[in-house]
Amino acid sequence: MQFALLIYESPKAFAARNSDETDPYLAAWRAYYKALVEADIYVGGDPLQAPETATTVRLKDGKRRVQDGPFADTKEQLGGFTILELPSLDAALDWAARCPAASIGAVEVRPLSPGFRRRVTG
Amino acid sequence: MSGSDQEGTHRTIERVARESYGRLVAYLSSHTRDVASAEDALSNALVRALTTWPRDGVPQNPEAWLLTTARHSLIDHVRHQQVAEASESTLLLLSEDSKQMTLSTEFPDERLKLLFVCTHPAIDPAMHTPLMLQTVLGLDAARIAHAFLVSPTTMGQRLVRAKTKIRDAGIQFEVPQERELPQRLDAVLEAIYAAFGIGWDDMAGVDQHGRDLAEEAIWLARVLLQLMPREAEVHGLLALMLHCEARRAARRGPDGRYVPLSEQDPQQWSLPLIEEAERHLAEASSRGRTGRFQLEAAIQSVHAERARSGRTEWVAITLFYEQLLRISPTLGTRTGYAAAVGEARGPEAGLAVVDAIDPDDVSAYQPYWAVRAHLLQRLGKTSEAADAFDRAIGLAEDPAVRQFLLQRRG
Repeated sequence: MQFALLIYESPKAFAARNSDETDPYLAAWRAYYKALVEADIYVGGDPLQAPETATTVRLKDGKRRVQDGPFADTKEQLGGFTILELPSLDAALDWAARCPAASIGAVEVRPLSPGFRRRVTG
Repeated sequence: MSGSDQEGTHRTIERVARESYGRLVAYLSSHTRDVASAEDALSNALVRALTTWPRDGVPQNPEAWLLTTARHSLIDHVRHQQVAEASESTLLLLSEDSKQMTLSTEFPDERLKLLFVCTHPAIDPAMHTPLMLQTVLGLDAARIAHAFLVSPTTMGQRLVRAKTKIRDAGIQFEVPQERELPQRLDAVLEAIYAAFGIGWDDMAGVDQHGRDLAEEAIWLARVLLQLMPREAEVHGLLALMLHCEARRAARRGPDGRYVPLSEQDPQQWSLPLIEEAERHLAEASSRGRTGRFQLEAAIQSVHAERARSGRTEWVAITLFYEQLLRISPTLGTRTGYAAAVGEARGPEAGLAVVDAIDPDDVSAYQPYWAVRAHLLQRLGKTSEAADAFDRAIGLAEDPAVRQFLLQRRG
């Protein structure tokens, strides 16, 4: 089954993206990606740009409400996601613990919902 | 009662709970096989203690008080269940016991039986250690869950399921017979060692979950040793864990940096723990029956020798690994052997051992990649080494280990 690892990162982790190739956070991510691919569990994923680039839209009473910034105002923000093919939640939690973001931010693990997907896509 | 008295009473309750928990649960559940109800009854008794002891003073025999109170609670519970025959017989047993109890405040220590129940082949092996930690040591599900990297709710459900199985599947509270004993004892030792954490090898893989539970595991091994003082492997397991524990302070630099075994300062090792480990290892070998834990302890004992001699006898270590491979050819043993061969006979020989391991087995096994990277680096194969380092870094969970490997990789 497939699991999404939702990567929550601190401002410091977002800032580390601008440093050079020798940055340990970057190097850790490169190594982690390699481990996922070599273990043959990597399905897909992508990093997101910094939370400052977010724009949130709601429709309230038929009127558009556009907010500058992300939906939730917390210290750690969604910084990307990875989708993995794994036999169990236990395995997914193991891989989440190895994620470089887990020791400085947080990694939320959620199973994908192929059932709902089928109802939507028909 | 003054605040400090109350604090003292609370501390007493905590201490009694800690020391008596397993004995009381084991005794209360040994007839009924209902571990969950025994635990509930005991926690009711502990709650009662929290309200009555500060008011009336700590009873002369706190453990007997808890047992009597828990037993009443258990009998009430069984009565309320109003289930027919099973409960009747349980009730009878409980009340018969109760009569005996008035004759003596002593009650038999059934913890050994409980340890064998927790590691019974009918129970999912993944639950052996959690069950043990909960029923014998009284750890709550949340703490166990953190250590095992599952959510507290999930761990709670798994524990409940396992206890239901114990009750309903007719698993007997008994010490296995001679014929079965070696295998059943292995399961107990494995479960204790799992709590200690398998990541204490020198090359990498500091197991963060293990560290929290290391002291609990040593406590469990001491309990087991009290109950089975003549089993060589119990001494072996305790010796192994004490050797590792002796190096706890040396495993991190003052800045939290990871320090591999080969770079640790032996001055920082705990001499009393090493001496205690050596005593248990000597006791084990005097019994003339070697085993996996004794061999692993012997390897750690060679490492500990460096405190005295200033050098590591890698040839001796490879010999112990070769014996170990014959009885327990696990991935961990083979990886440790490769590292030892690399030191004793050079990186090329070490790499040959590494290469003989099936690549399919190691896609998520961090120590393999750390050892491989180290050997390739020593051979000057820089780009292959960098690849292996990447795998080891990507699989590392401990940020300090990750940092260490990143620096090594260069």
